[in-house]
Amino acid sequence: MYSEKVMDHFNNPRNVGEIENASGVGTVGNAKCGDIMRMYLDIDDNGVIQEAKFKTFGCGAAVATSSMATELVKGKTIQEALQVTNKAVMEALDGLPPVKVHCSLLAEEAIHAALWDYAEKHHITIEGLEKPVSDISEHEEAPEEEY
Amino acid sequence: MSKRIYLDNAATTQVRPEVLEEMLPYFTEHYGNPAAIYSFASEAGHAVAHARQAVADVIGANKDEIYFTGGGSESDNWALKATAEAYSSKGKHIITSTIEHHAILHTAEWLEKQGYEVTYVPVDENGTVKLDALEAAIRPDTILISIMAANNEIGTIQPLKEIGAIAKKHGVLFHTDAVQAYAHIPIDVNEMNIDMLSASGHKIGGPKGIGLMYIRKGVKIRSFIHGGAQERSRRAGTHNVPGIVGMGKAAQIAVRDMDQISDYESQLRDHLIERVLAEIPYTRLNGHRTDRLPNNANFCFRFIEGESLLILLDQAGIYGSSGSACTSGSLDPSHVLLAIGLPHEIAHGSLRLTLSDATTLEDIDYTVDKLKEIIERLRGMSPLYEDFIKKENA
Repeated sequence: MYSEKVMDHFNNPRNVGEIENASGVGTVGNAKCGDIMRMYLDIDDNGVIQEAKFKTFGCGAAVATSSMATELVKGKTIQEALQVTNKAVMEALDGLPPVKVHCSLLAEEAIHAALWDYAEKHHITIEGLEKPVSDISEHEEAPEEEY
Repeated sequence: MSKRIYLDNAATTQVRPEVLEEMLPYFTEHYGNPAAIYSFASEAGHAVAHARQAVADVIGANKDEIYFTGGGSESDNWALKATAEAYSSKGKHIITSTIEHHAILHTAEWLEKQGYEVTYVPVDENGTVKLDALEAAIRPDTILISIMAANNEIGTIQPLKEIGAIAKKHGVLFHTDAVQAYAHIPIDVNEMNIDMLSASGHKIGGPKGIGLMYIRKGVKIRSFIHGGAQERSRRAGTHNVPGIVGMGKAAQIAVRDMDQISDYESQLRDHLIERVLAEIPYTRLNGHRTDRLPNNANFCFRFIEGESLLILLDQAGIYGSSGSACTSGSLDPSHVLLAIGLPHEIAHGSLRLTLSDATTLEDIDYTVDKLKEIIERLRGMSPLYEDFIKKENA
């Protein structure tokens, strides 16, 4: 059901772990739905993301999208990182099954949440960044009626 | 990796070689339609009659009370829908439990849309139906109690005899979905006052696409499939002769070897449970410790999610199943795990391993060794585990 890239990022996740005294940390999702992502960012004085790490509780797709998201934001400026959308994460993984698309949304949210934390800690405003919702389940579509 | 350890026997089983051997002549040699009059078809007719006796013997039923169906889900649908219709003049209230298989639950929900009322009786933390709540739910317009014999996820065996006695005392029909229990544990329809029972061929070393419903003589029930005169006109359709023969043979073996298989499987199961609980921290066993199917073990591993676990087990050549949301295609984890009172985040980390008499001690030990590695790895990347450990050390 998963692409080779998804399986690769699930089996060999990049950047698993924590960053001590990270510039920004964001946790999104909830245990009720079975997915929680935490992203740590280390951002230098020029606003470039030097290091990105993650921890994820969730399915294969949740782990793979977190891993890919950290890869995609590393070395990017804050503004560039904001352009890493769920679509970009999905494309980089050669797609996700329809029921797993929400995992890529979670990965996008995790980036935003970590950047939001960074902005709050440094008392700055990041243009184009809105306060992330901590629970993405409200975006989910209702399951199809089966009768 | 050439290892293949199949621990999903509650999902389906391998057809036993002697079952397949028994079935094969009915595809190419004795392929006549048992309903035909000519002598060529009589071999097939005899085989069906023989199998009917064999499957009836498993539950102490009369062979005339056995109706072959296309499988367990069909039998469950039939039991609920056709009884509801046949007894609607008496009432429109049905009692079932919160942990039934979806073949019962979704049928009950459908009946609710047709104007029936359904009471879903709760279970305790072991997954045993609360008998006082069951009895209290009975009303003058109650027509049917449907409680499963053993749960497909957590393996808990229900007190069928007590439920049957309650049903009889109040003059209510009792149906049991015995898909996981039939030919695995002793069931006697007379001793347990069971009026209807669903069973399936492929859960007992028989083929897929064949099942049965036991209907006690005298129970009013409508036909579900209309057409020919097969199955006393209650279930039309040309007999699936190879399937029926296969289920009959599997039933025969089960009756012959049930004690032996059950002892063997429960010993392995207990070894599995003991090792997992002793060697993997923050783990719980789901379901009743002793009143459970001989081949069922179901665990929750805290801080991890079931689908990730299944994928990594698969890579180690181990095939199990999980009640996590990700494996069901919905956002909610198993309704059974929620019904026994587990919070969502713990229910997401469940693993069901179901053995067979072909499972070996080496298989179990290898599985536990791999499980330990995999769970440690998944916890290493879990933010829930990170928070938990930080709190513990604070």
